Amino acid sequence: MKILATAKRVPDPETVIKINAEGTGIATDNVKWVINPFDEIAIEEALRIREKVAGSEVVLVSIGPKTAQEQLRTGLAMGADRAALVLTDEPLEPLAVARVLQKLVEAEKPDLVVVGKQAIDDDANCAGQMLAALLGWPQATFASKVELAADQKSAKVTREVDGGLETLAVSLPAVITADLRLNEPRYASLPGIMKARKKELKEIPIAELGVDVTPRVKVTRLETPPKRSAGRKVTSVQELVQLLHNEAKVI
Amino acid sequence: MSNVLVFAEHQHGKFPKTTLVGLAAGKQLAGLAGGKCIAAVLGERVDALAAELAEYGVDVLAAEGAAFAHYLADAHAAALAELVRTKGCEALVAAATAVGKDLLPRVAARLGVGMASDITGIVDAATFRRPMWAGNVIATVKVEGTPRVISVRSTAFDAAGRGGAKGAVEKTAVSPPAADTRMQFVEFAETKSDRPVLTEANIVCSGGRGLKNGENFTVILEPLCDALGAAMGASRAAVDAGFVPNDLQVGQTGKVVAPQLYVAVGISGAIQHLAGMKDSKVIVAINKDEEAPIFQVADYGLVADLFKAVPELTEEIKKLKSA
Ligand SMILES: Cc1cc2nc3c(=O)[nH]c(=O)nc-3n(C[C@H](O)[C@H](O)[C@H](O)COP(=O)(O)OP(=O)(O)OC[C@H]3O[C@@H](n4cnc5c(N)ncnc54)[C@H](O)[C@@H]3O)c2cc1C
Ligand SMILES: Nc1ncnc2c1ncn2[C@@H]1O[C@H](COP(=O)(O)O)[C@@H](O)[C@H]1O
Repeated sequence: MKILATAKRVPDPETVIKINAEGTGIATDNVKWVINPFDEIAIEEALRIREKVAGSEVVLVSIGPKTAQEQLRTGLAMGADRAALVLTDEPLEPLAVARVLQKLVEAEKPDLVVVGKQAIDDDANCAGQMLAALLGWPQATFASKVELAADQKSAKVTREVDGGLETLAVSLPAVITADLRLNEPRYASLPGIMKARKKELKEIPIAELGVDVTPRVKVTRLETPPKRSAGRKVTSVQELVQLLHNEAKVI
Repeated sequence: MSNVLVFAEHQHGKFPKTTLVGLAAGKQLAGLAGGKCIAAVLGERVDALAAELAEYGVDVLAAEGAAFAHYLADAHAAALAELVRTKGCEALVAAATAVGKDLLPRVAARLGVGMASDITGIVDAATFRRPMWAGNVIATVKVEGTPRVISVRSTAFDAAGRGGAKGAVEKTAVSPPAADTRMQFVEFAETKSDRPVLTEANIVCSGGRGLKNGENFTVILEPLCDALGAAMGASRAAVDAGFVPNDLQVGQTGKVVAPQLYVAVGISGAIQHLAGMKDSKVIVAINKDEEAPIFQVADYGLVADLFKAVPELTEEIKKLKSA
């Protein structure tokens, strides 16, 4: 099987996010960049499937600046076979990401695409579903379990939805989006890191793909939300109940 | 035409509150766009649901068919894209529930149009506010071109109420998706609970890793929820550890809640958790670590061992309620 997985470059989730002086984005000094946490999970799932199905290959894709090489190298060190970086300095909205991925899918013809459920920078939760629509493929979003059929022609996917867990059967090729509990991603081992240096990392200028990436959603303003201030400490349960009843009037 | 189509999700023959929130946002948007708000309901049989929707003062498009018996993204997306096109709608709106999040991007891409997800405010017919970076930033975004696809954060708008001139129901025959077997519903393991729904409750009590195991959710946190008539929530750490089911997770990547009262028990207050509850009216934190970041957003903080404090709190509340 050929599996395509994505690795978006995003600020580490622990980063304290501040808007830059121009108000056009976030301040990037002192930001540690990582693979989007959901994408790490997607890559891990792709690797686990490869380990089960002999002769499989895992191809990574990132769309972003040249520095996104770091995230692809990390993914290669986790064990992916090769990677492609679609170069653009402009952040793309999910529809443009989906169109770029569609081009790569048409060229690579994978049996399965695994992406993250959500990029933790734009928090859009869109690109995977959009890719599935463009390809006309089945989708299984928010996956917490993926069971490949013995003939590798379909998969049963358990999804985290409102009110419980839903199981879907999708025929392949399909797009799966990874939720937090799908797996625990492995760390890159030292030999993995050494090997990764020699693996193929192809760079593709976005213009070469000839896709329409004109923004349809323009960010006109970024603001810091009003900060909630700390209230007071209470010293006993009795005091707490009194305050909730008489002051806050919520019980 | 500047009509707005609202996708009306239903479960067990009812509309959850989130659907009514989507409807309210759709009405607001239609008002700004100078058009009508129309609701679309899809299902195997939807007569009763369609009639109920009409009570909210909107016209209703009812699409029936075996393909809609269970929600599946491909059939639903195809039908909605067709309705948006044939009815010449300027926007498609739905609440950002698990279904809304799964479905709307698929429709947007089918139509090849822009989408703003999880919006928390409507500025004008094309401009919206939405959180990014785990709620650390609020962006104002303009969606260019039409139709626009908009998913709505359900805590950011009030639910629509019944009233206004009763709408007309139109049965619409969307071209039935060919018996597509590429996506099939297998089963739904529902989390059964007698407590209020997390996203609808006035009071939410959430537990974190500090509760140490699933049994303590039952013996420590549940009695507190019951005394308060509260819904139960949890941190990611508690869900990951298997203490409670996934759909209780509150946060950036879980549910967003904004109840009158939110009680955080043994939760440290990571930014990803705060993203899901910091718009609650009153926040109470119970944590043994006085440095825990949760205290920075709590209106009332109690530094205490939860295993002692929570049972005491439950007793005090029962006393208060019976007084
Ligand atoms: C991509 C991503 C997405 C995420 N999404 C979410 C999300 O949606 N929701 C979410 O919640 N998290 C999310 N997280 C995880 C988040 O960063 C934190 O790891 C998580 O919220 C921590 O859960 P916790 O507070 O229960 O555990 P901890 O941080 O371990 O805190 C436990 C707390 O319990 C207290 N405690 C322990 N024992 C007692 C006692 N006896 N009495 C009183 N207090 C006690 C401790 O002092 C501590 O403050 C996400 C993380 C990432 C990277
Ligand atoms: N620039 C990108 N490069 C690679 N993958 C991406 C990119 N943007 C989005 N994705 C993938 O799409 C998923 C959903 O992103 P989003 O819709 O932006 O929340 C992410 O988790 C990634 O797997």
